[in-house]
Formats: sequence, structure tokens, C-alpha cells
Amino acid sequence: MDILAHLLPAGIAAHAPVLLVVIPLILAPIAALMPSGRIAWAISLLAAFLVAILALVLLGEVSQAGSVSYHLGGWAPPLGIEYRVDALNVPILLLVGFVGLLCTIYALPSVADEIEPGKQPMFYSAFLVCFTGLLGVTITGDAFNVFVFLEVSSLSTYALVAMGGGKDRRALTASYNYLILGTIGATFFVIGVGFLYMATGTLNMVDIARVLAEDGHSRVTEAAFAFIVVGLGLKAAMFPLHVWLPNAYAFAPNFVTAFLASTATKVAFYVLIRFLFSIFHPEVTFVAASFTWIFAVLGTVGMIVASAQAIFQTDPRRVLAYSSVAQVGYMMLGLGMGTKAGLSAGMLHLMNHAMMKGALFMALGAFALKFGVRSIASLNGLGRTMPVSASAFTISGLSLVGVPLTVGFTSKWYLILAALDRDWWWAVAALIASSLLALVYVGRMLMAIWMEEPPSHQGKAIAASTAPWAVVVPMSILALANVYFFFNADPLVHLANAAAEAVMGGR
Amino acid sequence: MLDILLERFNYIPIIILMMTGLYVVFATGNLVKRLVGLSLFQTSVFLLYITLAKVFGGQPPIIADAHGDDHGAAAAGHGAAEAVLYSNPLPHVLILTAIVVGVATLAVGLALVVRIREAYGSIEDEALNAADYSRDTGAAG
Repeated sequence: MDILAHLLPAGIAAHAPVLLVVIPLILAPIAALMPSGRIAWAISLLAAFLVAILALVLLGEVSQAGSVSYHLGGWAPPLGIEYRVDALNVPILLLVGFVGLLCTIYALPSVADEIEPGKQPMFYSAFLVCFTGLLGVTITGDAFNVFVFLEVSSLSTYALVAMGGGKDRRALTASYNYLILGTIGATFFVIGVGFLYMATGTLNMVDIARVLAEDGHSRVTEAAFAFIVVGLGLKAAMFPLHVWLPNAYAFAPNFVTAFLASTATKVAFYVLIRFLFSIFHPEVTFVAASFTWIFAVLGTVGMIVASAQAIFQTDPRRVLAYSSVAQVGYMMLGLGMGTKAGLSAGMLHLMNHAMMKGALFMALGAFALKFGVRSIASLNGLGRTMPVSASAFTISGLSLVGVPLTVGFTSKWYLILAALDRDWWWAVAALIASSLLALVYVGRMLMAIWMEEPPSHQGKAIAASTAPWAVVVPMSILALANVYFFFNADPLVHLANAAAEAVMGGR
Repeated sequence: MLDILLERFNYIPIIILMMTGLYVVFATGNLVKRLVGLSLFQTSVFLLYITLAKVFGGQPPIIADAHGDDHGAAAAGHGAAEAVLYSNPLPHVLILTAIVVGVATLAVGLALVVRIREAYGSIEDEALNAADYSRDTGAAG
């Protein structure tokens, strides 16, 4: 960890928290001005690479110092805006940084295939703005700043999703519905922050927590809590606030889906954890009640119902989108346990799920480059036609089910242990039931890929081929990470435990 | 009960606007009207912030005697002596940002509606659903 902190010269490392947000933000308009998509892609790659390095530096600093506080413009908090990195958000920064890097590599062939050449520079620019927003939400220590960055990322996401409209016009309506619900969510969040400001007179997260601990809670802070939970629930696609998600994921360009599925809802979920655990205290009566009666219950219902819905979808991307809603249910359940083990298991599943879904959507994108994938039947026999992509799909699909030798097993195992710790047998039963449902919907796709006859052209089977390197490399890295982190689970488990420890202390 | 309401009369129009906006978003099938409702909803939140900044009897938060040592010596004399009650300026600044976000949201929303109109020839929710899901029921969720 020592090496990480010294990756960059001290003068730059001191400004790492703000550079993380500023670099993609400044490169976004530059990318928009570029004459061709390839140059804009190179700029995006540079931004994602630098962000990943900065996230590693911050990991090094956090593991040494516990937390890093950066005062914007030199104004000391609570008056000035503070960027704060601690053990809870450093895994999210790493996740967004590295998934962003891998997805950007993947973007080159995928975007060239799906987006008109004239629009590509603007497309990359919108992606960089979205990237900025997600990083900003994660790193900021100021409650109102969260809202601003949340909307920065959401607005660019609406544009990115709508870019799928060139191929399928339903992307436009999906994006519109996402815009309406996303804006309602953000507005609910900002109402909640307004109430918190009314009650505490401050917007700095640490300071709000301090004032709330001193002054206690009132009806105003309870209302703030309700608004914030609903608002962030919409953004994180918590069941039953997930209705915008399946269409947005199904009709967006493949690259956008792969990126969003592994970052956007995760970041919103992180903010939820931040508010529930660091700002509101999990031992306050109404917060504790919401854990048991809202998060655990809706999480359990969500993971069963959304998995069941996934079974009845015909479009593979919608199957995976509903599965994403179910996976958010697992995280909600972990959070709802209200224990350190539960939160840590939820965080672990959050990271693992990003790896699985990233690889799965990338593999679907690889199929789509050669064959238009619109139904499960169009996956028929691709195991023989595109063996590499199909293998990556299979590994991460099995991980999604939770088969041993993959990370999906690790995080479900920790979730079950945490549930047993609280004597929640029903939660264990629900976890197993949901995994069986996952076996059905993943199995259906895997059967099509491996058991059916390969696609043929005029009676002859199409020769086996591989996707371009820019697809194969990031997809394989994510798929192999699913296996690697099963055998070497310690780094991720350590990150998740440190995150839970950071917000829950010794409890 | 009435006393409580009268004491907080400033919140009543805000709540009415908020609920009207939210109701319009859910009740109408017209995509443009839905954006109108959304804007109304957001604007009510701006008012919520503005109203919580107001301090009864508070002055505008301008320090009159900050650099008054030469021309405003007399004003500085009594200004420094008595504490002045100020309204809180911070929520106004926050809402300035939120207004920008609101305008951007409306712009993106309207741009999407234009594209939807080009692709479907309609901006009514029912017509859009009928256009997409009547022919190929296979794609319906």
C-alpha cells in the first residue's frame, strides 16, 4: 500500500481528490471539439487512465491515514466544500475508475459500430461528463454537492441512453421515462437535503452528522430521511422504484449499458449507505426501523420478484437488467441487516456485481457486433461461432448465479453468514430461492449459447471468429476477475470490511 | 391547528405547487405537459429553499461598513456598534445552481420530446405504447 501512495509526485498527489473530478471534466469539452471519434476516444482513454491511477493513489493514502480531506479553494469546512475520501468511498472510486477504464477500451469498436461518425466526439464528451458526475458524487463531502454531481451524471446519462435511438426508437422513450423518474428522484433528494439544512444549518456531511448527534432528531429530520431514501432509491433502482431501469438498459448503446450497469446504480447505492450510516445513525429508532421494515423486506421481495420477471423476458439485455434490480435487492438486504457483517457483505456484492454485469453486457455487445442480439434465440450456438466471448459470458453468468469458484459465490456466502448471524432464516431461504431463479434465467441463455445449432448462412455454418481485441481484452479481464477474486478474495473482503468499519466503528 | 398553519403560511403555496406538479407528471399522457409538471415540481423546491432562508426582520446580507473608513465613516460608526440581523444568503446561492440544473433538465427533456415526435409522429403516451407494442408482442415486457 505504501507504493500506491507514492505513485505520483507529492505536489500532484496532494491535489489527487480534486484532480480526479477535474481531469474528466476538462477533457469532456476538448473531446467534443475533436474532428473524429478515434481522437475523442483516445482523450477519454487518457482521462479514464489518469482517474484509475489517482484512485489507486487515494487508496494508498487512505490505507495510511484513514481518511483524506481536501478543501476546495482552501476554504475550510464546514463553510467550504470538502472532498472527503475514506474507506467507504475509496472502493467505489476504484470501481468507477477501473470499470470506466475497461469500458472505455471496449468503447472503440462498440461505439464505432453503433453511433454515427459525426456524433461520436459528442458521445465521448457526454460519457466523460457522466464519468465526472459519478466520481464527484462519490468523492464529495458536501450534501448539496452530491445533488449537483448526481444531476451532472444523470443528465449526460439521459443523452447517452437516447443515443441508442439510431438503432431502436424505443431508446428515446426509455430515456424520456428515465429523465422523468430520475429528476423526481433528484428533486426528492434535494428536498431532503433542504430539510436537513433547515434542522442543522450546515451542508457538510460530517458537520450534519455532528449536529444531529448533538441535537437529536425531530420531525423535520425524519421527513428529510424519508425524502432522501425515496430519492436515492429511485436513482439506485431499488425495488419497487426500478421501473425506469429495464428499458434504459435494454435500448441504450451496448457500451453505455455495460458502463451504467456496473457503475451508476452502485454510486447511488453508495450515497444511500453514506446517508444512512454516516449522517443518520443506524441506532436511531426510525433509521433502525427502516432497515428492518423497508430495506430488508423490499430487498427480499425485490430479489425474488425481479428474478422471476427476468425469467419471462425474451431480450437478453432485459433479462440482465431485471437481474440487476434483483442484485440491488441483495445489497439492500445486506444493508438492512444493520450489522457490520451485513453491510460488508452488501459492499462486497456491490463490487462483485459490477464485475459480473460489466463482463456480461460486454459479451452481449460482442455478440451484437456480429449478430444483432434482440432475443435469446439469437444467441443460439454462439458458443461455437464466438467461443471467447461466449466463455466470458458463461463464466460471469455462472458468477451471477453464485456457482462456487466465482465471486458470486463469495459474496452470497458472506450474505448468508451475515443473515445467519442475525438469525434471519427467511433471508437465507430467499437468497437461495433467488439464486435458483437466477439459475433458470442464466441457464436459459447458456443453453441457447452452447446447446443449439450455430448460426448458418446459406446452409453453411458461419466460421468461428473472435471479437476485436478492444472488446476481448476488457471483457476477459472482467470475466477472469470473477474467478481470480474467488481464489484471492482477501483484497476485496478487506476493502468491504474496512468500508463497513469506517461507517459503523467498532459496532 | 389554524395557528400552526398561519404561522407557517409561506409553506402552504409551496406544498400546493409541489403536489400540483407531481400530480401533473403522473396524470397526463402528454410528454410536454409532463415536463411542465416536472418544472413546476422543481420550482416549488426552489421556493422551499428561498423561504427557509428568510429571517423575519432580517436585512439583506450586505456588510455596509466593510470598507467604510473614508467616505462612510458615520455609517461605520453605528453599524459596527449594533449587531445586524441578516437573512441567510446561502440557500439563494444553492438554488441558483439548482435552477441551472432545472433548466438543463427541461432542455434535455424537450430535446428528447422533439426526437420522439420525429420517430413516432406523436407525443401522447398511449400512441407511443401502441406504436411499439401492438405489432411485435414479443418485445413487450
